[in-house]
Amino acid sequence: MQRTPFFKSSLLALLLLSQQVMAQQPVTSGVEMADQLRADGKIWVVVAVIAAIFAGIVVYLIRLDRQIGKLEKEVNEKKSENSLRF
Amino acid sequence: MKNIWWKVLAVVIMTYVIFWGLLGPVPRQPILNESIRNVSFHVPLWFAMIILLVTSVIYSVRYLRKGRMDDDLIAVEFANTAILFGVLGCLTGAIWANFTWGDPWPNDPKLNSVAVGMLMYMAYLILRGSFDDEQRRARISAVYNIFVFAVFIPLIFILPRMTDSLHPGNGGNPAFGKYDMDNNLRMVLYPGVIGLTLIGVWITQLRVRLRRVKVAMDE
Repeated sequence: MQRTPFFKSSLLALLLLSQQVMAQQPVTSGVEMADQLRADGKIWVVVAVIAAIFAGIVVYLIRLDRQIGKLEKEVNEKKSENSLRF
Repeated sequence: MKNIWWKVLAVVIMTYVIFWGLLGPVPRQPILNESIRNVSFHVPLWFAMIILLVTSVIYSVRYLRKGRMDDDLIAVEFANTAILFGVLGCLTGAIWANFTWGDPWPNDPKLNSVAVGMLMYMAYLILRGSFDDEQRRARISAVYNIFVFAVFIPLIFILPRMTDSLHPGNGGNPAFGKYDMDNNLRMVLYPGVIGLTLIGVWITQLRVRLRRVKVAMDE
């Protein structure tokens, strides 16, 4: 299976996003950290998870779209070849 | 990928709906509590399903008028996506009902009507599978599709309103009235309807294109 550049970059973006979510240290006073994800009862973590699921579904749909596009192209080319031959 | 603007629009709208539906301000209601946010996700599923079913019926009518097999193919794929949304709507509704009405499937007229409706659409798919002759399958299932839709709409929109129902907008409960709906929720609900409909059209388009390729390969 071939990996499109789009697939790679979106996978990378997801990985980076999850790194940011997981690699959090406990809050230390005075030092600025990415505390937003732990604010408001950690609801942001759930939002990030749902957003990641949605992003995954969208990436899947886009890849499917492209593969079907390629199939359509192949079929059209074969059709035009056949019409030239006969 | 040609004509991708509406797919981009669908993704942008749904991203907004997910973020603002979960984090935006909502009315404070007893019993419902934060679960009122489901209005932004569960309700648009049904709206989108109805829109997809209307489109399916339009293509069924078009098939009967013009007799093109391509219209029949589009009609069945719109119905397929609509059924997927309907099943998801039942599941999400059951989760929500379990925590607010105390039962995943309370004896509510709207729920039972929807169950009957979903079974009728399952029968549509079984009916299609039982024909070998393409023309016959297309013609009879197109007629059935129109009939099912004509029964489904009164079943879920009119009959539940004539009795007592737990759903807002039924049996004297106000639909989207001032008590359970406010402009903050509307700002997410309506974009959610548009976004989910576009996602449904996208899935349908992929399936239609795949079947067209299959048809072209068979020729």
